Amino acid sequence: MNLNLTLVGQMIAFIAFVAFCMKYVWPPILAAMHEREQKIADGLAAADKASHDLELAKEKAVERLKEAKEEAAGIVESANRRATQIVEEAKDAAVVEADRVKAAAQAEIEQETNRAREQLRGQVAALSLAGAEKVLGASIDAQAHADIVDKLAAEL
Amino acid sequence: MAAAGETQTISSYIVHHLTNLTYGKLPGGFHRHDGSTVPEGGVWTMAHGGEEAAAMGFNAIHIDSMIWSIGLGIIFCWMFRSVAKKASAGTPSGMVNALEMVVGFVDNTVRDTFHGRNKLVAPLALTIFVWVFLMNLMDLIPVDLIPHTLMLLGVEYQKIVPSTDPNITMGMALGVFILMLYYSIKVKGFGFVKELTLNPFNHPLFIPVNLFMEVVGLLAKPFSLGLRLFGNMYAGEMIFILIAALFSAGVAWMVPAGLMQIGWAIFHILVITLQAFIFMVLTIVYLSMAHEDH
Repeated sequence: MNLNLTLVGQMIAFIAFVAFCMKYVWPPILAAMHEREQKIADGLAAADKASHDLELAKEKAVERLKEAKEEAAGIVESANRRATQIVEEAKDAAVVEADRVKAAAQAEIEQETNRAREQLRGQVAALSLAGAEKVLGASIDAQAHADIVDKLAAEL
Repeated sequence: MAAAGETQTISSYIVHHLTNLTYGKLPGGFHRHDGSTVPEGGVWTMAHGGEEAAAMGFNAIHIDSMIWSIGLGIIFCWMFRSVAKKASAGTPSGMVNALEMVVGFVDNTVRDTFHGRNKLVAPLALTIFVWVFLMNLMDLIPVDLIPHTLMLLGVEYQKIVPSTDPNITMGMALGVFILMLYYSIKVKGFGFVKELTLNPFNHPLFIPVNLFMEVVGLLAKPFSLGLRLFGNMYAGEMIFILIAALFSAGVAWMVPAGLMQIGWAIFHILVITLQAFIFMVLTIVYLSMAHEDH
């Protein structure tokens, strides 16, 4: 319990340790801690920013998707319209073609009919002439009775 | 325990435990324990017993206190220096983590209490906190383990808890006191003199009264700082010694004494931490007061 030189010794040791701590211990540890703090703060800020960016990107993507869908719908619609149009056009063309073919066929039929009728008329005239010759027993002067035969043939 | 043989009583056991290993100068004409007389002019020697140590007066040094105190201070420096070298902004681990927690805790305490700008206060607080804690921690080592081992090796006295030596605690308190005076004068200049003389009664006639009151108040700071730590640790150590003495009271006392030992040690974990913390906080507060200009 005596106060003695130990007091002085302890004071000197105290000063020495405090000086050591002040020079070699405190600054590096605190600097490292502050640096880490800064790093963590930066990291958190970056994470926040990234999540914000992600949100934005998601919104953008949704928007783009919507746009694309609209565009696709537009394309499909116009394609449908075009298809209908093509079908209509084809139909019209077909109808026209059919009419043309029909008309040509009709004309041919008429032509054939007329020809057949002419032929028939000729043959009927000859036949009726022959028949009349037989009936009259005499030949009929073709020249003289031609107008009668023609009249007959025309009535057929 | 009970190593000194049949002649040892409980009181001599306790006294033995409370005696420092002292090296000092015995005054001339002193009659030593072995009957010889110290020659004229005195002699530097190891003290044998409290009586010789007392006769040495101020010219003595407690070798055990100094060795343990400086040894623990070196352990503190080594531990924190190794962490300071390893510390980086990367992921901390193990020891770095634990000691950084201490540094962070001290830094926060200093920030809360000390508002001036001073690069000394925080490292000072860290040194005080950890060093005092380590010195107090020696209290938890069983009281006979190291002293008895050393006694078998021929070292007669040994007190392994430096903070139960008033020289150690007052040495630190005086160091703080010097810093208080230094910063008071540095920051306040002549204002420090005014503070001592014109407070609390601001009248020239009251200068002696003010001076007396302020000086007492000023001196009370280092004394309360040093003696509080000393008193707490001394009392704690004393109770450990008494519990240890109880073991010699017979086999029947072994179990209760063991339980008491455990109980007091657990309680003491709180005390040693708290005392280290109080010493640190008061140091910060005193230095903060020294920086405040009214």
